[in-house]
Formats: sequence, structure tokens, C-alpha cells
Amino acid sequence: MSEEHTHHPNYVKIWAILVVLLVISVTGPMIGIKWVTLFTAFGIAIVKAYMVVVNFMHIGATRRFVPYLVVTCLLFMFLFFAGVAPDVMKADGENWSKPSWLEAQAQAALEGDHPH
Amino acid sequence: MRPVATTRSATGMPTARLAVWWLIASEVVIFGGLLASYIMHRLAHDAWSVQAAYTNTWIGAFNTLVLLTSSLTAVLGHKAADEGDGERAAKMLGFTMLGGVTFLVVKAFEWTIEIQHGFTITSNTFWSFYYSAAGLHALHVLAGVVVMGIVAASARKNEELHRVELIGLYWHFVDIVWIFLFPLLYIAK
Repeated sequence: MSEEHTHHPNYVKIWAILVVLLVISVTGPMIGIKWVTLFTAFGIAIVKAYMVVVNFMHIGATRRFVPYLVVTCLLFMFLFFAGVAPDVMKADGENWSKPSWLEAQAQAALEGDHPH
Repeated sequence: MRPVATTRSATGMPTARLAVWWLIASEVVIFGGLLASYIMHRLAHDAWSVQAAYTNTWIGAFNTLVLLTSSLTAVLGHKAADEGDGERAAKMLGFTMLGGVTFLVVKAFEWTIEIQHGFTITSNTFWSFYYSAAGLHALHVLAGVVVMGIVAASARKNEELHRVELIGLYWHFVDIVWIFLFPLLYIAK
């Protein structure tokens, strides 16, 4: 048996809320408005993940260093994104460029000036 | 004599639980890196939305419901283990395993259809990410189901009940990964 007993909330109620959030995240994008899609899909995903971590994984009942450990790993993910994203998302930078991207951009600009 | 992982708690918590949280933290980096790569490529390539339009939202939503429900049964198993009811804990883990197997069967069905339509891991970068991310996640589901079977077998005999919580922690993490994969692969079109 576990050394410490965890406080157990009404799990069925939490599950029901998660299901309602799932329904919203599926139906929200059907409206077709971009910011509604972003909020219902990704905003609600964050809320659902938070609810699972807090209520099912009982992260609040663990030693304080556990959430710090997990958050540190999440920060590494953001650091990775910040470091690599410019290389992936931009056509050129300091001492480097993607010729095919620059050509495509030039072509698009040309077609914009002289549409067929 | 009980295992060291159960009795030792130099950090103020049982070593076994610390080990699972450590595993989860390392998995955050693995899946986090994968998802961050997907997001930056997706933002850079508008054409990916054309490919993403072929994923089936309803299948993804059904699998999300299955995993959310399996997380519920996993945590109910933890509660039963805390109450010393090994038989009920094993039963709840059995339901969780059923959820995991259902998820994998639906995934196999979905992938079969997609492959039959010509969307394979080498079709283009979107599908490479799709199969890599969902495949790595599916392997975690499979591993969870296998370990859960071992834990349930001992829980049924009222032995090592602390393990019910530990496999539950892992399972909830697998659920959380899918919570993020679902909008990324199925909703953002």
C-alpha cells in the first residue's frame, strides 16, 4: 500500500468536465473562426492537461521539487524551440540562407506584381 | 522483505514514485522536442494544412475519449489500492488496459485506411511527423498496457499495491501527450 494516503476528489466529476472540454475542443473549430479554433483546440488542451496533472497525478501532494523538475524540462523544450525555430521558419539569417525559399519568395512576389 | 524502491525515501517520497516522476520528466523532453519540432515546421509550411485535412477528427476524438476514460479507471484503481482493496484495484487496471487496447485497435484501423489511401511515413514531412509522433505515443500505450498487466496480477493478490499509483502516473502522462497530439494532428487544419 502507498506510504502516504492521497486525498481523492470526485474523479467521475473531473472526468465529466474533461469530456465536456473535449466536446468543445472538437466543435469549436467547426465555427471556422481562427482565434476560436486556436483557443478551443490548444487553450483547452492546456486546461485539460492541467486538470489531469493536478487531479489525477496529484502533483500538488508530491514534494515541491517534483513540479520544479517537470517545469524545468518544459523550459528546456521552450529553449529548444527558441533556438531552432528561426532556422526552420526563416528564409535567411546571419551568414546563412535557404536559396530555394528565397527563389520561391521572389517568384511569389513577381506573380503578385504580374498576376496571370 | 520489501523492495528498496518501496521502503527507502531519502528525498521525502518513496524512491519508486520519484523514479516514475523522473521518467516522466525525461519523457517531457522527448515528446516536447518532437512536438516543438512539429509546431515550428507546421508554422513555416502552410501547405501542411492541406495534408492535415486528411486526418479523421472523429477517430482522433474517439481515441481521446477512450484515453480520458482509461485515466479515470487508472485513478480509481489508485484510490482502491489506497483503501487496501487489491481486487478492485486490479479490476480498474483491467478496464484501463481495455482502454489502451481499444486505443491501439482504433489506431491500427485508422492507419490502415490512411496507408491504403497512399499516406505513408515517406509521403511528405507532415506524414513523417504524424506517424513518428503517433507511433511513438502508441508504443508508450503498448508498454503501459503490458506493465499494467503485471501490476494488476500482483494487485489481485493484494501485493505491491503501491505500484498501482505508479503505473497510473505513467498512464496519465501518456494521456496528456495525446491531449496535445490530438489538436496538433487532427484539429489544426
